[in-house]
Amino acid sequence: MAVHETTKDSQAPAARTPNRGLRWLRRHLVTLAGLATLGYLILPNLVVMVFSFNKPNGRFNYQWQHFSTDAWRDPCGVADLCGSLGLSLQLALWATVGATVLGTMIAFALARYRFRARSGVNTLIFLPMAMPEVVMAASLATLFLNMGIQFGFWTILIAHIMFCLSFVVTAVKARVMSMDPRLEQAAQDLYASPVQTFLRVTLPIAAPGIAAGALLSFALSFDDFIITNFNAGSTVTFPMFVWGSAQRGTPVQINVIGTAMFLVAVLCVLAGQLAGNRRKRSKRS
Amino acid sequence: MTPAITTSAPAPPDGPAGAETPVLRKTPVRKRLVPYWLLLPGILWLLVFFAAPLVYQASTSIQTGSLEEGFKVTWHFATYWDALGEYWPQFVRSMAYAGVATVLCLVLGYPLAYLIAFKAGRWRNVVMILVIAPFFTSFLIRTLAWKTILADGGPVVGVLNSLHVLDVTSWLGVTEGHRVLATPLAVVCGLTYNFLPFMVLPLYTSLERIDPRLHEAAGDLYARPSTTFRRVTFPLSMPGVVAGTLLTFIPAAGDYINAELLGSTDQKMIGNVIQSQFLRVLDYPTAAALSFILMAAILAMVTLYIRKSGTEDLV
Repeated sequence: MAVHETTKDSQAPAARTPNRGLRWLRRHLVTLAGLATLGYLILPNLVVMVFSFNKPNGRFNYQWQHFSTDAWRDPCGVADLCGSLGLSLQLALWATVGATVLGTMIAFALARYRFRARSGVNTLIFLPMAMPEVVMAASLATLFLNMGIQFGFWTILIAHIMFCLSFVVTAVKARVMSMDPRLEQAAQDLYASPVQTFLRVTLPIAAPGIAAGALLSFALSFDDFIITNFNAGSTVTFPMFVWGSAQRGTPVQINVIGTAMFLVAVLCVLAGQLAGNRRKRSKRS
Repeated sequence: MTPAITTSAPAPPDGPAGAETPVLRKTPVRKRLVPYWLLLPGILWLLVFFAAPLVYQASTSIQTGSLEEGFKVTWHFATYWDALGEYWPQFVRSMAYAGVATVLCLVLGYPLAYLIAFKAGRWRNVVMILVIAPFFTSFLIRTLAWKTILADGGPVVGVLNSLHVLDVTSWLGVTEGHRVLATPLAVVCGLTYNFLPFMVLPLYTSLERIDPRLHEAAGDLYARPSTTFRRVTFPLSMPGVVAGTLLTFIPAAGDYINAELLGSTDQKMIGNVIQSQFLRVLDYPTAAALSFILMAAILAMVTLYIRKSGTEDLV
C-alpha cells in the first residue's frame, strides 16, 4: 500500500482507462472517508465561529439573522460570563500544577522502582479513567455532603486534581519507560551526582511526557462539566455558565469566547510547530 | 492508555530490588523507601477523593430516610431493585446509544487515523492539529452548535428530507416526523461527535507504530491491499481499537449532556436520571444505587472485553 502512495500526488497519467474516475475513487476511498470524518469534527467549530457574528432576534443564538460584530466588540457584555471564564482558567491552572506534580511522582515510582502493592497502585490509577464521570462526580459529592464541607472553589479543585492525575501518570510513565536507562548510567559513569543526573538527563528526557500530561490536565479541567456540576455548589465555572445559558438563553458572547479560545490555541500550536521545525532545520545544517 | 512497549519494563510485581539491574544493585534502606515517598501524596489523594467516596456512596445506597430527618444505614437493598425496576429503560437506552456511538466512532475514526498515520505525509501535523483543535472550544458550546446544524428548518434536515432519508429513519424509529432534533438520531450523532477524538488518537498511536515495511512485505507476497489490511494492519492496530472503544464507550454510557441538549424526555439516559435524582430530587440513596449499578455494569463489561481482546497491558 505504501508503495502505491508514492504516485499519489502525480495524478497517475498511466490510468487512461474509461473508468478512471472509479479507479481514482477506489484508490482514494480511505483518504476521502478520513477527510469526511475530519469535516464532521470541524463543522461545529465553524458554526460556532460563524454564529459569533450573528445578531439573534430572541434569547437563543440558534438561527442566523443578521451579521453583526457587536458581541466581538463587547465580549464581557453579559453578566458573569467573564467572571466564570476567569474562574475556570484559575481552576485549570491550579489543577494542572497539582495533578502534574503528584502524577509525575507516581509515574517515576512506577517506571523506576520495584515496590510492594504495585498492581494495587496500577489499578487505583486505571480505575478513574475507566469510570463514567457521573459516578465519580456523585460519589465525591456524597463524601463532601457527609463531611459537611462547603461546595465551592476548593471542592472543584480537589475533584479536578483527582481525575487529571491518572492521565498525567499515564503520559509521563510511557515516556519514562521508553527512556534508555543507559543514558543515566552514562551520566553516572561520568561522575554526575544523582541530583545532577536527574536534573540534566532524566528530567529533560521526561519533559515531553510531563508537558503532554500537563496540557491534557489543563484541557480536561478547563472543559470539565459533569464532575464540576456535582461539586460546585453555587460556584459558576465557564462550562457551568454555558450549561445554564442553554436553559436561559445563549448570548452570542459564548460563541465569541469559544472562537477566540480556538484561534488562540491553534495559533499557539502552529507557532510551536514552526519553532520546532526551525530548530530541527538549524540543527541539521 | 496505550501500552508502553519498552525493554526496560520493571518486571515481577512484588519482587525485591533485583540484582540484575545494575543501577539498583545493593539498595540501602533509605533508597528503598524512595518509591513509597514518591507515591504517597498522589495515592493518598486518590484514596481519599476517589476510593473513599465510592465506599461512602455504597453506604448511601442502602440508607433510608429523608432530607429533613437525615439518612440512616438500614441495609435497605430494595433501593437497588426499585431503581432498576423504575429506570431500566434508561439503562438499556444508555448502553444502546453508547454502543452505537462507539461503533460509529470506530467506523468513522479508523479512516481518519489511517489517513494521518500513512497518507497525510507532510500534512500529518496539520491534520493532527485539526483533530485536536475542536477540543479548544468548550464541548458544551460545540454541542449547542449541533442544535443549529440539525435545526428543523436548517439545510441538513432539508437535504435529508428531500432525499427521503428521514422517512427511512422514521420508519426505523430513530427519528420522528420530519425532524432530527429531539430524536435518538440527534443524541447518537452528538455522542459520536463528542467522543470521536478519543477514538482517533489511540488508533493513530497504534497505527503509527506499525513498521511500513510490513505493508511492503505483504505487497511483495502478492497480498491485495484489502488482504494486507485484514491480515496485517488491522490485527496490529488492535491495542488502539480496544483503547479507543473503551475511551468512547465508558464516557458515552454515563453522559447526560447530549441527551439533555439534543434529545427530548424520551431520550433520557441513565446519567440524566442520576443527575436529576442527585441535584434536583435530592434522593441520594436512589442516585447512589443507580450510579453503583452503572459502575458495576461498565466495569464488568470492560473486564470481559479486555480479557476477550487479550490486551491486558492497557494501563
